[in-house]
Amino acid sequence: MNKIDKSAYAGTLESSDAFIEIKPIDQDEIRIELHSSVEEMYGDDIRDLITKCVQELGISYISIKVQDKGALDYVIKARLQAAILRANQKDKIEWEKL
Amino acid sequence: MIAKQDIIDKKRLTPKNSEFFKAKIKNNNNHRDSKICSSIEESIKRSGLKDGMTISFHHAFRGGDRVLNKVMDVVAKMGIKNLTLASSSLASVHDPLIEHIKNGVVTQIYTSGLRSKLGEAISRGLMEKPVQIHSHGGRVHLVKSGELVIDVAFIGVPVIDKFGNATGHKGRSKCGSLGYAMTDARYAKYVVAISESMEDYPSFPASITQDQVDSIVLVDEVGDSSQIGEGATRMTSNPKELLLARRAAKVIVNSGLFKNGYSLQTGTGGASLATTIFLSEKMEEENITASFGLGGITGTMVYMLKRGQIKRLLDVQSFDEFAAKSLGENPNHIEISANQYANPSSKGAAIKQLDVVVLSALEIDVDFNVNVLTGSKGLLRGASGGHCDTAAEAKLSIIVAPLTRGRIPTIVNRVNTIITPGNTVDVVITDQGVAVNPKNSELKQRLRKAGVTVVEIDDLYKKAIRICGKPKPIKYSDEVVATIRYRDGSILDVVKALA
Repeated sequence: MNKIDKSAYAGTLESSDAFIEIKPIDQDEIRIELHSSVEEMYGDDIRDLITKCVQELGISYISIKVQDKGALDYVIKARLQAAILRANQKDKIEWEKL
Repeated sequence: MIAKQDIIDKKRLTPKNSEFFKAKIKNNNNHRDSKICSSIEESIKRSGLKDGMTISFHHAFRGGDRVLNKVMDVVAKMGIKNLTLASSSLASVHDPLIEHIKNGVVTQIYTSGLRSKLGEAISRGLMEKPVQIHSHGGRVHLVKSGELVIDVAFIGVPVIDKFGNATGHKGRSKCGSLGYAMTDARYAKYVVAISESMEDYPSFPASITQDQVDSIVLVDEVGDSSQIGEGATRMTSNPKELLLARRAAKVIVNSGLFKNGYSLQTGTGGASLATTIFLSEKMEEENITASFGLGGITGTMVYMLKRGQIKRLLDVQSFDEFAAKSLGENPNHIEISANQYANPSSKGAAIKQLDVVVLSALEIDVDFNVNVLTGSKGLLRGASGGHCDTAAEAKLSIIVAPLTRGRIPTIVNRVNTIITPGNTVDVVITDQGVAVNPKNSELKQRLRKAGVTVVEIDDLYKKAIRICGKPKPIKYSDEVVATIRYRDGSILDVVKALA
């Protein structure tokens, strides 16, 4: 499993968007802290989506804080991927993996 | 027939002994001001309000109401308990009621709407007895049919004279029509009018009249004018709302009802207001005038009245200051009571002459049932209003709503709470297409021909779920927190407490 190099964030606190902050941690886990305006309806779905998305990128040792303002799935996924790319100082992004 | 001589012969009826005669003896002129009380407390004492009685209020001041909380504080201080509160509706400004409920001052509520912290607290089981949610027309029916007996009505009015003649369209806190208060003034056993300014007697024309008012109290303010019409007249720039409005106007124009002399009701809210404006343009183009506009009246309707596009406005509630002002100035802008507006058992409710109504919704389900009361989390946060009244009686009832609001689907499999039954809804307009109730096959054809994007409501539901995902159902307990009363008083649905 890969670690991320540093902390990073992506997104905004606008309605229908999500603000996602990530940082590296010492434990081998995907730690999720979710605050969502649609927690009751979609909280579990969003947590599943985040876990799946991070696993797809082969990343662990990560803490993810999501402030969701009712964003649709693809918005959350895009914000999360952007944050991870920003946290990994790679010169080349493997777009196909996304 | 009794001969005149017989009456005179009966001793108890001789002029000298009659009560009327005694009363005529002039003592002094103080009694001419006798309705005026020095405080709310005095008026409550005079009214004879006791534990277990029913008190009422009206909601023409909406979010700017300064009467209900003031009166309730005095009632609580006087130690009166176990009251039924029958306000024609409740707004977020009435959150202080939570304390009065906790302290046993209020133990039962009748209202059209519940919002904000009060709505949330009740949704979480604050009250032992379920709140009775009624429509605007249904409230009058509950009063007239004897279920809701109002012992004391507290009626806030911006202007009054010393004998009780009052209007809503004058003064600093003008609220416009007193349509809902008129019911209480007529049917309550005791009427306290609460005002902030006094005019010389006789102040006419009056909406609440001297023969209905028992006592009068003057207070600093009955309303906050900046909040009375707040939010109602905002013209939207939201492209989704504009699209909905344009679509609604197109449906009306092609409905077969868009003819000289048709009648119209639209609500507040961005899409509804914009619909009125697009319709106004279309009416000008095709040289069509409407015979009347009904309901909660907005500045947009007033604008159409002024331009001669609508001949008369029948106003049960003025949604903004333009409407409130026009009511006092324009003889074709007419104040009507809730009984004349929407009571199903009235001898003549104006909705029975209504052609088109444009309504909004929090949720619509695949059977066309509409929810305007409970939000996506199951909390009480809306109002029944005239929704089910107008939908049932108008020739064409149109619901306008976006397919989704953020991530929350508007078109659902089953609404949380039924306020308006699907068999009274004709058309649902969304940004993703127009669904016509299957009972209106002719209308469906007509709209298709006119190039309106007609879709099945099931497809709208599927589309909404595809975008948002299928929401987890709300967890309720078994405790009923609100009972939804249909227009005729029957129980249409219940709202349960959140688990």
